[in-house]
Amino acid sequence: MPLIEDGRPAEDSWTSVPDGEPVPGDIPAIISFERWQAERDSFAGRNTKLGVRLKGGTLAPAIAEDLDRFALVAVEFPKFRDGRGFSTARELRERYGYEGEIRAVGHVLPDQYLFLKRTGFTSVEAPEGTNLESWVNALSEVSVVYQPGLGKDDPNPLINRWLKSEAVQG
Amino acid sequence: MTATAFRADPGIPGPGTFGSEPDDHAGIYRYDDLDRRFVAERVEQFSKQVTRRLAGELTEDEFKPLRLMNGLYLQLHAYMLRIAVPYGVLTTTQFRKLSEIGRKYDKGYGHFTTRQNLQFNWIKLEDTPAILGELAEVDMHALQTSGNCVRNVTTDQFVGASADEIVDGRVYAEILRQWTIAHPEFTYLPRKFKIAIMGSDSDRAAIRTHDVGVIAKRNEAGETGFTFYVGGGLGRSPFVGKLVREWVPEQDFAAYLEAILRVYNQYGRRDNIYKARIKILVHQLGIDKFKAEVEEEFARLPRPKFTLAPEIVEGIRARFASPGLERLPAESAEFERSKAENVEFARWSTVNLAAHKAPGYAIVSVSLKPAGGIPGDITSEQMDTLADLADRYSFGEIRVTHAQNLVLAHVRKDDLFDLWRQLDAIGLATANIGLIGDIIACPGLDYCALANARSIPLAQAISARFADPARQQAIGELGIKISGCINACGHHHVGHIGILGVDKRGEERYQITIGGDATLTTAIGDIIGPAVTEEAAVDAIDTMVEIYLANRTEGERFLDTIRRIGHGPFKESIYAAD
Repeated sequence: MPLIEDGRPAEDSWTSVPDGEPVPGDIPAIISFERWQAERDSFAGRNTKLGVRLKGGTLAPAIAEDLDRFALVAVEFPKFRDGRGFSTARELRERYGYEGEIRAVGHVLPDQYLFLKRTGFTSVEAPEGTNLESWVNALSEVSVVYQPGLGKDDPNPLINRWLKSEAVQG
Repeated sequence: MTATAFRADPGIPGPGTFGSEPDDHAGIYRYDDLDRRFVAERVEQFSKQVTRRLAGELTEDEFKPLRLMNGLYLQLHAYMLRIAVPYGVLTTTQFRKLSEIGRKYDKGYGHFTTRQNLQFNWIKLEDTPAILGELAEVDMHALQTSGNCVRNVTTDQFVGASADEIVDGRVYAEILRQWTIAHPEFTYLPRKFKIAIMGSDSDRAAIRTHDVGVIAKRNEAGETGFTFYVGGGLGRSPFVGKLVREWVPEQDFAAYLEAILRVYNQYGRRDNIYKARIKILVHQLGIDKFKAEVEEEFARLPRPKFTLAPEIVEGIRARFASPGLERLPAESAEFERSKAENVEFARWSTVNLAAHKAPGYAIVSVSLKPAGGIPGDITSEQMDTLADLADRYSFGEIRVTHAQNLVLAHVRKDDLFDLWRQLDAIGLATANIGLIGDIIACPGLDYCALANARSIPLAQAISARFADPARQQAIGELGIKISGCINACGHHHVGHIGILGVDKRGEERYQITIGGDATLTTAIGDIIGPAVTEEAAVDAIDTMVEIYLANRTEGERFLDTIRRIGHGPFKESIYAAD
């Protein structure tokens, strides 16, 4: 499935490993949260990057203790209308200080890309058959934001403009 | 009252003042270039979404929430466009534009809603881009008037004018408006989310029937803070909002809301649309557990990122500067003389006026509930004239109330008689604010695909039955609220008399409740018996009114009589005859 990073299609260096199949030791691999819970000891000596995939109902606190073991957390959107993932990413960043990659997977729309970025996601696994052009355009469609968000280039929230407005002095 | 509080100050026009606006205007938030750019970009984004839908790139299922977040519904007979009126305040320029859109794209009228918004019920899909473009010309839009996001924030229709006001709720409603626009985390909530805010001890915004209800207040040190109620709501499972925190300091206003929303977004139910509102989460967790979750989230939200700096609040407050009110004597001889000479004007003055904080001024409620009329409807002709009157008498500002009426907030008592005569000439001088004819009703089966029964004809029949203004006044405060289905858009649960339309084997029937209350003493009404026909419902209300009049003590309201004598006498008299 096509990977989107910084508003552009990107090469995916990660491999998603279905439960039950062997996890390659020499390339970055993403395993399910359930597998991690069941087999965590088997990854004790692993030297290559490991990622974990959270189902929509698995919220940030569930993985909080183990975050230092993962270079990537994939947050699944079971349905694009199910917005829990936005809070999961934000909690990972703001509450647990996670600095690795957070990837949106599952049913997400280009129309949500700006929100994903602003809640702390770094990459998106776009659904198969998606129009890549819509993803590329998505970040520039709306340039004005009103509230604080996450992400290194998140603009200054609009609500702060009052700090500089003449009205304050007047 | 200090002399400086009402200086003759034209207000701070802000960077984006309309050219055609009267110089002297009430404190209305004016868009600046960034606000305008946002709306323009969203209109453009929506038009691309429509194109992608037509090209098959978006499925209907994917497109629907995007369409709803732009205020566009598909109803029974046509598309409906719900236009946002932030906290119910409009300039006359905006009001005239709504009138023009009604004339050009609808059937020459508009409909005000219980969320202080305006709906056009006969819109063609192909006209919507043009309508959104015209709205943008006057800094309006239809964003977040639907969908599972934070909806338009509502407040007291007398805000900034009322004699009993403690805190100006517009300032905080505007902060919330900005804070919740296209919020990246809270645009795909389990379900819609409605916030109301009040800045006085009288609850004119039905605080405890909202997902979040906020009361702005001051402490002894004169600081502003907020009491938060959570989990109120009507619909098929009505709940009264519960107190979650007595005092949230001003600087934490947004942070506390952020914490509530984050708990809701993570833990609110998504498996069943009818159990997805925050009221169900609060009910199922229990208020103590819910509160603990919110407090924990609130405690760890990063500061100062979520802190509302005093400079920000002041910057926004400056946009709501007092209009150029004159210093006037408290009483007006002219007003008193007109009342003495004209009994109709005197009645209207008693019923439709509220106390203004400035001496010599009054707040005028304009009823959109004429006898036999459709609650909340107004024609484009009436709108144009009303806009002229608002320019002449009330600083070019018009408010929408959650009871589907309009308000001219700052009228000199000396001008009241002239204003009344001109309102009367266009059929807008009905003297029934808060009385039995001031009925709240949803659009019902005449428009809505969800409805089981029509609401409007019943509202018309009741207001026609009680058309006599003297009788209405004699009955006193009595709120009837009608919903055409269990979703309760007409707030029937909290009507002193509530009416719910039901479908009984293909026939429209009406279930009657009594004892509901939408103010801070919020109560859900009791069902008094089996559903009846439209005609029988009107008779039943008449009967209940007679029982009330026979039993009330001096100055006792309908609601208080019900509370004192119980529901028994009302039930018996209605169902005894069967």
